[in-house]
Amino acid sequence: MTSATVLAAAGQVSGGEEVTFWILAPLALLGAVGMVWARNAVHSALWLVLTMLCLGVFYVLQAGPFIGMVQIIVYTGAIMMLFLFVLMLVGRDASDSLIETLRGQRVAAVVLGLGFAGLVGTGLYRALDGVQAVGLDQANGEGNVQGIARLLFTKYVFAFELTSALLITAAIGAMVLAHVERRKADRMDQIATMKARFRPGNYPGPKPGPGVYATSSSVATPARLPDGRLTDRSIPEIMPVRELTAEETAPKGTDR
Amino acid sequence: MNPVILAAQDPTLADFGKDPWWLVLGKILFAFVVAVAATLLGVWFERRVVGRMAVRPGPNQAGPFGLLQTLADGVKLAFKEDILPRKADKVVYFFAPVISVVCAVTALSVIPFGPMVSIFGHRTPLQVTDVSVAVLVVLAFSSLAVYGIVLGGWASGSTYPLLGGLRSAAQLVSYEVTMGLSVVAVFMTAGTMSTSGIVAQQGDGTRLSIGGFDLAAPGWYAILLLPSFIMFFIAIVGETNRAPFDLPEAESELVAGFQTEYSSLKFALFMLSEYVAMVTMSAFTVTLFLGGWHAPWPITIWSGANEGWWPMLWFFGKVIMLVFVFVWLRGTLPRLRYDQFMRFGWKVLLPLNLVWIMVLAGLRSIEDWQARDRLLVTAVGAGVLLLATLFWPARKKEPKPSLQEQADTRPYGSFPLPPMDLQVPPSPRTKRVLAEREPANVVAGPDSREV
Repeated sequence: MTSATVLAAAGQVSGGEEVTFWILAPLALLGAVGMVWARNAVHSALWLVLTMLCLGVFYVLQAGPFIGMVQIIVYTGAIMMLFLFVLMLVGRDASDSLIETLRGQRVAAVVLGLGFAGLVGTGLYRALDGVQAVGLDQANGEGNVQGIARLLFTKYVFAFELTSALLITAAIGAMVLAHVERRKADRMDQIATMKARFRPGNYPGPKPGPGVYATSSSVATPARLPDGRLTDRSIPEIMPVRELTAEETAPKGTDR
Repeated sequence: MNPVILAAQDPTLADFGKDPWWLVLGKILFAFVVAVAATLLGVWFERRVVGRMAVRPGPNQAGPFGLLQTLADGVKLAFKEDILPRKADKVVYFFAPVISVVCAVTALSVIPFGPMVSIFGHRTPLQVTDVSVAVLVVLAFSSLAVYGIVLGGWASGSTYPLLGGLRSAAQLVSYEVTMGLSVVAVFMTAGTMSTSGIVAQQGDGTRLSIGGFDLAAPGWYAILLLPSFIMFFIAIVGETNRAPFDLPEAESELVAGFQTEYSSLKFALFMLSEYVAMVTMSAFTVTLFLGGWHAPWPITIWSGANEGWWPMLWFFGKVIMLVFVFVWLRGTLPRLRYDQFMRFGWKVLLPLNLVWIMVLAGLRSIEDWQARDRLLVTAVGAGVLLLATLFWPARKKEPKPSLQEQADTRPYGSFPLPPMDLQVPPSPRTKRVLAEREPANVVAGPDSREV
């Protein structure tokens, strides 16, 4: 145990701990406010990362180095990274719209938020004023990691296993929902694709381009085959069929 | 946990946090200088080694052996124009390379460079600091380093960097899982998460007594936990974006990936962070698996090998060896396709790692049984594994029909094929060309003709 951990375990607030707290606590609050304030979704996520990092350091200060590091690895390293991943997939210009859908929504939100913060803050302050931390010495007696491991794998092993089963079920459920079923027979490798391309009945070459005439060079104009018929293969399938009059399809006398 | 006789030079956690301020400052400066010098020399080393593998000299003009080439490149890079793309997100664009460098350098602070030494009368470990969760600190910094790449890709405001950033997000999160699981085996064997503790545990190792002689078998976890070592090394190659796993900056597909829009010093910072990360991860591997600063076997005969400042030499020797392996991989292996890479991480490395940890846990839980029972259980387990491998339903492929059979069974109306034994007659054109060119070979006679 480092000296900071020992001091925290003894229930005292060392000078270093106080300095760290007064530097990081405003930063954590700034991150929280910035997360709500930011217009851009990615900026919002980054502010949240700042808050999470500060929380991780706070855990380390409170004699819980393991949970502090896990907070940084799991929350900022993995979960927020997945958030960012999704935000980047959605697009970088996904800003919030500033139209109030409910009248007075913003004012109500500010008032209620401040009220809730005041309620929780004063409640915690009155409850914890002058309380001495007890039992940290015993909990960290054989090391922080060992203490957590002992509790996790003896007293709370059932809850732990249940939680992991829940998480695995959720992960498998997400995979099942997102999975596109594709049978093995439907999957064609390169050789099979080439064989299908040269099978009799399939024309392996590129499709003909659209017709180019004196009257029309539109992509919607079908090309003419050597025997004078029009071919549908020369126009894209998504094109609406253009009904041509008999006069339009008749030769204009330029082919003589 | 093995009962380990801690030698006097092995620092414990209680030895940290007692240095005067100037010593702490000096150690931090030393770690930083190691990082920067490693980059300067690392780029040169990589170019020389890859050059030698490609049978060419590599940089050899600036300074002796081309040693100053990186410095020259760095100075040139610093004077280049700093371009800020119009669609870039300015603040994030600026911070992304900084995050990369800070994370790569800071991880060096928990790496033990050597044992307890005496500096101006202070006995102090050659390590900036150590905490009871030091290995997790390195993992945390390596997971934060992803932000540099991902944000750099996103903030550039163009497509290829964004694709590089997305790739790296998925890649690093997947390979971090493998990395963390490989380290679990080390935790289980060492019984501690502090880097100095893990190094101390590897120093003594297992003692075998054969015929009355006490032999110190190597205690390196690279040997004891070989599968973990191999998977860990593969994972850190993926984690540092080095070839063959350098998909975030795949030049052939994404121009330069996340750093396409970066120039000047910001680009230099990305380069710096890549090489520092390579060295940091090598040092981390040395600490976890290769005995840290402990001398390798033949040197251990000399009793003073692990005392004083000598261990730093062994440590950096091992790090350079691992960096060479990184360069070797880059010079040898082609880049993986993205789906192959992800499949390898999730479907090969992850299950293998889990099975190995389970086997290790099983072996450790029967450690205090009687020798006969232990042998029996191990033999039964190995037998079941062997039988399962033997009788695993093999996917036998049907023999492929010969080319003639394939040609014969084609449906009616297929494209005509030339006969298999077709002899192509020599083109009459080649003969004519030869005949025409013949006079050119005639030796010039006496100078009778006017030219």
